[in-house]
Amino acid sequence: MNHLRGVYTIWYRDILRFWHDKMRMISSITFPLLFLFVFGSGLSARMGVLGPGIDFTQFIFPGIIGMTVLMSSFMAGVSVVWDREFGFLKEVLVAPISRASVAVGKTLGSATVALLQGLLILLFAPLIGVSFTASTLLVLLPLMFLLAVSLGSLGVLLATRIRSMEAFQATMQMLMFPMVFLSGAFFPLQGLPAWMNIMVKFNPATYGIAPIRQIILGTDPNLSYSYNINLFGQTLTVWNEVAILAIFGVIVILLAMWSFSNQE
Amino acid sequence: MKDYIIKVENLVKRFSELVAVDNISFCVEQGELFGFLGPNGAGKTTTINILCTLTKPSSGRALIDGLDVVRQQSQVRQLIGLVFQDPSLDERLSGLQNLRFHALVYSVPASVREQRIEQLLKMVELWDKRHNKVQTYSGGMKRRLELARGLLHHPKVLFLDEPTLGLDPQTRNRIWEYVLELRQREGTTIFLTTHYMDEAEKADRIAIIDYGKLIAIDTPGKLKKVVSKDVISLKTDDNARAAEEIKVRYQIEARHDGDGLCFEVNNGEEFLPIFLKEFSTKILNVSLRRPSLDDVFLKLTGREIREEEVNDQFKTMVRQHGRRMRR
Repeated sequence: MNHLRGVYTIWYRDILRFWHDKMRMISSITFPLLFLFVFGSGLSARMGVLGPGIDFTQFIFPGIIGMTVLMSSFMAGVSVVWDREFGFLKEVLVAPISRASVAVGKTLGSATVALLQGLLILLFAPLIGVSFTASTLLVLLPLMFLLAVSLGSLGVLLATRIRSMEAFQATMQMLMFPMVFLSGAFFPLQGLPAWMNIMVKFNPATYGIAPIRQIILGTDPNLSYSYNINLFGQTLTVWNEVAILAIFGVIVILLAMWSFSNQE
Repeated sequence: MKDYIIKVENLVKRFSELVAVDNISFCVEQGELFGFLGPNGAGKTTTINILCTLTKPSSGRALIDGLDVVRQQSQVRQLIGLVFQDPSLDERLSGLQNLRFHALVYSVPASVREQRIEQLLKMVELWDKRHNKVQTYSGGMKRRLELARGLLHHPKVLFLDEPTLGLDPQTRNRIWEYVLELRQREGTTIFLTTHYMDEAEKADRIAIIDYGKLIAIDTPGKLKKVVSKDVISLKTDDNARAAEEIKVRYQIEARHDGDGLCFEVNNGEEFLPIFLKEFSTKILNVSLRRPSLDDVFLKLTGREIREEEVNDQFKTMVRQHGRRMRR
């Protein structure tokens, strides 16, 4: 009970703060939209077809959604560092709620925000000629949330060890951009150079973005096509990928809970 | 048999090389206003952090209302309220939202929550500003809001770590009014650290800590009797020579105090005229006063508590250093 209350209050505060900060909502989707429309429009004609009837803009659309969720969920860590900088973390640390529940609350808070932002991007689907059904959406939402929780807890884990805002931001840039660029968000996973192939396969974000793409673009039975990951000569299913992402997520969130509980 | 709400037994805290808290023991009674004084870096904040479960002691133990601060952490947290020397509010939320968050975290029953918040916000005179974001509040308003927040869950012990540091005298007075009123009405035990000696005078008992060791613990009145003599301060054109002359003539060790000297005598009023007549070093000015807590502090620690206030930069440095150590 105590734990649930802790998770809820921490989650609630992050949502409340987000709600007060309308600019953040707008600014956080500008960058992905810029990518989608500028890159997409600029390169579509040259890139040709990247799936049955799928042009470059449509191809990167699921990648952009994944990128938005990833970058936004990482804010969980920023908000921990931010709270420490402004002293509010102390109020949380002396409160009669467990530290582990604070870590979970922070992760879920930013994951919720990330999900909302991902949904906002999803609204642009008709503009680029991508259509999906309500049932697609029902599968997509938990998947986006899983991606957000997995990477959000990575942010929280880092924030328990990296104390200054500057250092944390630098680490985030160092981690976030390679994660986005090496996730297959902007290119097909087939025929990559060997070094890149390895890095892509080690990147947890890959296992979130591939199934999102498969669900949005590849599940039309008439145009059946696989965007899934090929691992050790086997083409994974959406469920395989989700399982790998979930295992990563569970490990990282447990580490984050442990690390949060053991800080002074 | 007295009812002790805080019990500290052989508490030690080591940060690698440094012993911040060196084997201290003391008790605080229920309902007491307990002052905890010491120069910066003496171990005050570390002790408070241990008592409010933020730092684990290296050895020894501390009990709050019979509960161990290490093993029964979350029960202890429910019992205590805190006002830190550094602000710990969410600046992006309103005053009201900050209090509601606190009420949720401390499970204040929903039935009394709003009523209690209103009462407290009115007490600290922030009711009219309750919907404003905290970032628009002044330093004094923030501190008052923190005080209201610290009281919201009706703590048995309220820790005030330099609650009036950096505030104007008017706000200081007002905060003290609330604190004293609260103590009278609720019987809350108050554990206070402060740099202001006039505030320390309000305490029922005072503990003085230096280099991590407890060097005195008693009522302000009894502590002043330690320095029962009158204090003469003087400035001369040659302090070293003056000190030597005092030593030779009266067998008294004078202490250096700022750019002057001070020493203690039994009967100041009668001593001073004779002293002025026979003293040969040129005296620039001289004063006589009854001992204050400042003198007690100076005598016990060899340092003046206010010295640190003058050098703010040093203070910030010490504090940041301290913060880093706590990590």
